[in-house]
Amino acid sequence: MAQPLMNVAPNRPPSLPQGPAADESAPPREPAPRVTKFDVRDLNFFYGAAQALFNVNLSIPQQSVTALIGPSGCGKSTFLRVLNRMNDIIEGTQVAGTVLLEGIDIYGKDVDVVALRKRVGMVFQKSTPFPKSIFDNIAFGPRIAGLKDKRALAEIVESSLTRAALWGEVKDRLQESALALSGGQQQRLCIARALATNPDVLLMDEPASALDPASTSRVEDLIFELKENYTIIIVTHNMQQAARVSDSTAFFFNGKLIEFGNTQKLFTNPREQQTEDYITGRFG
Amino acid sequence: MNAPAATARPADWLESGKREGWVFSTLCWLSTWSSVAILLVLLVAIVSQAWGWLDWQFLTSFDSQRFPDKAGILAGLWGSFWTILITILVSVPVGVGAAVHLEEFGRNDRLSRIIQVNLANLAGVPSIVYGILGLTAFSRMFGLFGEQGLIPISEINLLGWQIPIPFGKSVIAGALTLALMILPVIIVASQEALRAVPPSIRHAALALGATRWQMVRHQVLPAALPGIMTGVILAVSRAMGEAAPLILVGATTFVLYAPGDISSLADIRENPEGLLRAPFDSFTVMPIQIFNWAQQAKADFREHVAAAGIVVLLGMLLLLNATAIVVRNRSQKRMKY
Repeated sequence: MAQPLMNVAPNRPPSLPQGPAADESAPPREPAPRVTKFDVRDLNFFYGAAQALFNVNLSIPQQSVTALIGPSGCGKSTFLRVLNRMNDIIEGTQVAGTVLLEGIDIYGKDVDVVALRKRVGMVFQKSTPFPKSIFDNIAFGPRIAGLKDKRALAEIVESSLTRAALWGEVKDRLQESALALSGGQQQRLCIARALATNPDVLLMDEPASALDPASTSRVEDLIFELKENYTIIIVTHNMQQAARVSDSTAFFFNGKLIEFGNTQKLFTNPREQQTEDYITGRFG
Repeated sequence: MNAPAATARPADWLESGKREGWVFSTLCWLSTWSSVAILLVLLVAIVSQAWGWLDWQFLTSFDSQRFPDKAGILAGLWGSFWTILITILVSVPVGVGAAVHLEEFGRNDRLSRIIQVNLANLAGVPSIVYGILGLTAFSRMFGLFGEQGLIPISEINLLGWQIPIPFGKSVIAGALTLALMILPVIIVASQEALRAVPPSIRHAALALGATRWQMVRHQVLPAALPGIMTGVILAVSRAMGEAAPLILVGATTFVLYAPGDISSLADIRENPEGLLRAPFDSFTVMPIQIFNWAQQAKADFREHVAAAGIVVLLGMLLLLNATAIVVRNRSQKRMKY
């Protein structure tokens, strides 16, 4: 199932049950006590000399949707990219603190970044299909992981597209260019592509901000279905969207985590004044 | 004009803009078509001079010192073929590799900036300078080898393949010189092509757990390929028309054989080891033959044989460019972002 994160995994707890069976059919909005997926401790992040995140402490529960909200430049996207180490590709960035994924520090010495990114998938704001066929787009992840068997690849392509609610629309034109799809379809293709590497976490950076309302609602429905099996962390500018899709919400402001908690509680009865100002539209 | 006096004459500021626009667009039109017209005149002149001389005999004969009607470009055709083949085999992998390193793997530090500036400078170095470099480095190998050299060996045995060193006046010395000459052009063009690939493609590949190499190999290089191809073809066309550096390296002007004695496909069957010998044989190329004919005392050589050679060379270059355009358009159709 999931790729090993390390060559040797010393302290890894026995793999936790995943999938719909483990969800105990809990009502979706009820914040039942859940297993922690990501445990972030004293996280500080720097772009060169500029500090972008200050002392962030956050526990993200498994199989739920966590929304990250806040005004532009507040550090929420940076925080998201900390979780799959996509910031590593920017020169001069620095991370201090610990980020534990199921108890393993993903910034530890022995961690294989490539294996980490296979477990922690990512969907970007702008859909980024490769200039290739629909099939090749989805098959890219499994292929670079070494899978060559054509039938196995075809199965992964079908199941990923099905889970991303796109199979019915594209099953007859898998060999056509992915760039011929509409914007909403392209974004679901990117979600399917991320699912094809069989991750257990899905990071989404404003996945619906460039889509029309109909496509947006399809993506939101999809997020709702996917959380049965995946831990989803989503950055959004749209507060209605955060309220609709997420179980818990984190509010970032100026690189600090101001408030984190149950979505309903945060939106109806925020603890902090800054949170209230933001969600009522007084700034940002 | 029946219009009222007040509106009969447009105000000055309206008029002047119109006139400037007309002058400017006429000048642009002139500069576009003047170059086309000059090219056309040139082509007509050359083709009319070559008319009657450019025939099958010309394409399939070696040169003749005395009889213009028996002279042919066969030695130059095969010489150019071998030279360009080796030039491509050396310069494309090295050039594209260097561009990939600079764009995708190298850090943006002081050293890479120095390399960057020098690449741009190298692209502007005159070809004759590369000729001198090639003469020293490849033809003579700094006098290190050979009977009078520091290391008295005159050939290397590579898996039963005798490689004479130094390379002397051989195809490979000329090809390596041309490869050095076009390397900066290929590198700079490939860098441009790689830079034109949107970063989002790279991020998407990395986020799917691709290594940097997998990202480059499967996403970035294929997307940059049309641009890289364009640069390579332009550079190779330049190498194909080049005479000066090859004269310095020692290409011969009057040659009565093809490299490795292979002047037809049948020769390959009869004499397969000629293929291995060809890179180390002495040679001439089309531009040098044309240069030689243009200097001859007999008017027929200067006026007709040289013109026929030019038409063949131009035809080859056009063919090369046309292939490049077709290949590029075909691969471009498959990838648009």
